[in-house]
Amino acid sequence: MKRILLLGTVLWISLLWANPASCFCGFYVAQGNAKLFNHASKVVMVRDADRTALTMANDYSGEPAQFAIVIPVPTVLQRGQIHVGDRAVMEHLDAYSAPRLVEYFDPDPCLRYEALRSAPMSQGMARKAADSMNSARERSLGVRIEARYTVGEYDILILSAKQSGGLETWLLENGYSVPAGARRVLASYIRQGMKFFVAKVNLGEQQRLGFSYLRPIQVAYESPKFMLPLRLGMVNADGPQELFVFAITKNGRVETTNYRTVRLPEGVDIPEYVKDDFPRFYRAMFTRQVENENREAVFLEYAWNMSWCDPCAADPLSADELRSLGAFWVASPNSGWNPPQTGPQTTFITRLHVRYDARHFPEDLVFQETADQSNFQARYVMRHPWKGEGSCDGIREYRRSVRERRVKEAETLATLTGWDIASIRRKMGGDWSDDPDKPVPWWDRMWKN
Amino acid sequence: MRADSSRPRPPLDPRIYQISVLSGLLIYGLGWLHFDITPGRAALLLSTALLTQYVCTKLWRLPKFDPKSALISGLSLCLLLRTNFAALAVLAAVVTIASKFLVRWKGKHIFNPTNFGLVFLMFLGAPIWVSPGQWGNVAYFGFLMACLGGLVVNRAARSDVTYAFLISFAALQFGRAFWAMQRWEVPIHRMESGALLLFAFFMISDPKTTPNSRAGRILFAAVVTAFAGFIQFGLYRTNGILWSLALWSMAVPLIDRLLPGPQYEWTRPRQKPQTQGVIDEADSSPRHRPLDQPALG
Repeated sequence: MKRILLLGTVLWISLLWANPASCFCGFYVAQGNAKLFNHASKVVMVRDADRTALTMANDYSGEPAQFAIVIPVPTVLQRGQIHVGDRAVMEHLDAYSAPRLVEYFDPDPCLRYEALRSAPMSQGMARKAADSMNSARERSLGVRIEARYTVGEYDILILSAKQSGGLETWLLENGYSVPAGARRVLASYIRQGMKFFVAKVNLGEQQRLGFSYLRPIQVAYESPKFMLPLRLGMVNADGPQELFVFAITKNGRVETTNYRTVRLPEGVDIPEYVKDDFPRFYRAMFTRQVENENREAVFLEYAWNMSWCDPCAADPLSADELRSLGAFWVASPNSGWNPPQTGPQTTFITRLHVRYDARHFPEDLVFQETADQSNFQARYVMRHPWKGEGSCDGIREYRRSVRERRVKEAETLATLTGWDIASIRRKMGGDWSDDPDKPVPWWDRMWKN
Repeated sequence: MRADSSRPRPPLDPRIYQISVLSGLLIYGLGWLHFDITPGRAALLLSTALLTQYVCTKLWRLPKFDPKSALISGLSLCLLLRTNFAALAVLAAVVTIASKFLVRWKGKHIFNPTNFGLVFLMFLGAPIWVSPGQWGNVAYFGFLMACLGGLVVNRAARSDVTYAFLISFAALQFGRAFWAMQRWEVPIHRMESGALLLFAFFMISDPKTTPNSRAGRILFAAVVTAFAGFIQFGLYRTNGILWSLALWSMAVPLIDRLLPGPQYEWTRPRQKPQTQGVIDEADSSPRHRPLDQPALG
């Protein structure tokens, strides 16, 4: 009995240390960032306790005069709570946290030395449209203009309303094109006490400031509601919408509480040729994962304590950049003012990617910050085989292992993306004449024939 | 198990069913839903729960070590508790099991053990979390769980609290959606939650910590729902049902006083009168029940 107890205790203690540590070395060569997706919006959500700062960048590419957005917000915002952000910072954050390809070069199996190289790569893609509008008169339809500001190139109104019909009429009369079906969604937000943040472009200001694109709008507010309103965006959507949420928090990973948050597959070996077509791989793989989860999941692409990364796909954000996104607790070396430090201040970033439509996402996204500090990144591995000549005993075994690896890589790629395995093998090149699915007989390995 | 061979073979303890169902859910969660818990951590939670139960059995001089309830609490922790720290997992398991022995009122433990373990650590601000979204909304899974859970609860009796809770929670969600002028898909989506079913069939249904009378249990389910609704829609916080259950569990002695009823026992001597279709089983430790083996977590 004593022996059993002792054995049990030893086992139990070993379980205490059963957290496997992982590490890797390699170079990032390709990223799949948010630009690869059409109809993509990016939101940076900084949250600590009830304080929230949102930075919203949408993919509007039409005439600035035609641009207008209506966003439900939990409170009436003061002038100081609204800001226009820097698109470059959002792009930096996107690049920093994007799924990526890492490449390794097999060492000479005879010499056993290592060679690592890298080559950066970038991609760009198209954008989409939103609502249209004009400015107008004030009028009582149960609609109240709580505030009116010009911030940067935007004219901003904060509206509260009693009835959706009145709000819809007001918006229509003021030149906003309100899509059919919006009334019901507006009604729901009005009932829940939400205000409406309405922004359009002030062309004069835009010319004066000299920006040729629309900069992200930022709002800061204090509210227990930790959510993102999706439903207005779905009213006039012609298909699924793509949303990237970059949550910046103090304590740990952010997840959705009313939808499953699923990690993207990661850390798998994929064929070398994907290097030249990584964006297509990422899109196909993401689409496949969305389908696998019945289009009802939110995907985790990155979760990391921003104080370090090894190696980083892009440089981590500077303290100034973090503060500009709303991370008010981060000490800034240039601002002259530093928040009082109570213990170590971490900045944890979570990158969530969701493809949503009205059918599969009936509710707005509701979030919670967890205490999870474990790191995660959607990373795909490419291994270049040793191409040199070799005459040692090990070369035969090495070539066999490369062949097996290629078989597996093709299968992995087919599973992840749904691509045809024959076409994958064709693109991978090399000799597939020997049936690639045929495993190497165990005796071949035993006697090294 | 030295059962008296002269007696007819008793039906299985309902906790065996619960252990099977919870184990199945854990395997499904680990293998298919990729819960944020490793098999090693699950083993740590289970072994700590069993160890604590064993130590408490010795300390309180109980006649027999019964691993079933501890196993149920441990499995429930595996399904719900998430933390980066092994030490916190150990602490949670110890607090969960020890609460059955320490926090008692008139021969009943007050809190559902797992509920207490989770809420206690969250209340202290420990770095743990519960992921209500981890189950997703796959309908067939919900049905499966409801069926299995229904089986368990019916065997353990007191299924009235589960039904009362589900009905009142549905009324809350549909009522709220009606008020907020939302589409019906919204409350349906919320009702399709695996976390909700787990709570309804495996936590609030705990016969050892619910009120003794049927009226009391229905009242209990209603107030737990109401306060959970306040947490969800008034305070906009997560895990309203867990907080609410812990809060109202403290009112159970009062409810029992206002609406008295017979106390539930997992294993019941054959000669005792049956209430609410409770299973009958020969009690292997008659007369000596100072600390009933508590229920599921």
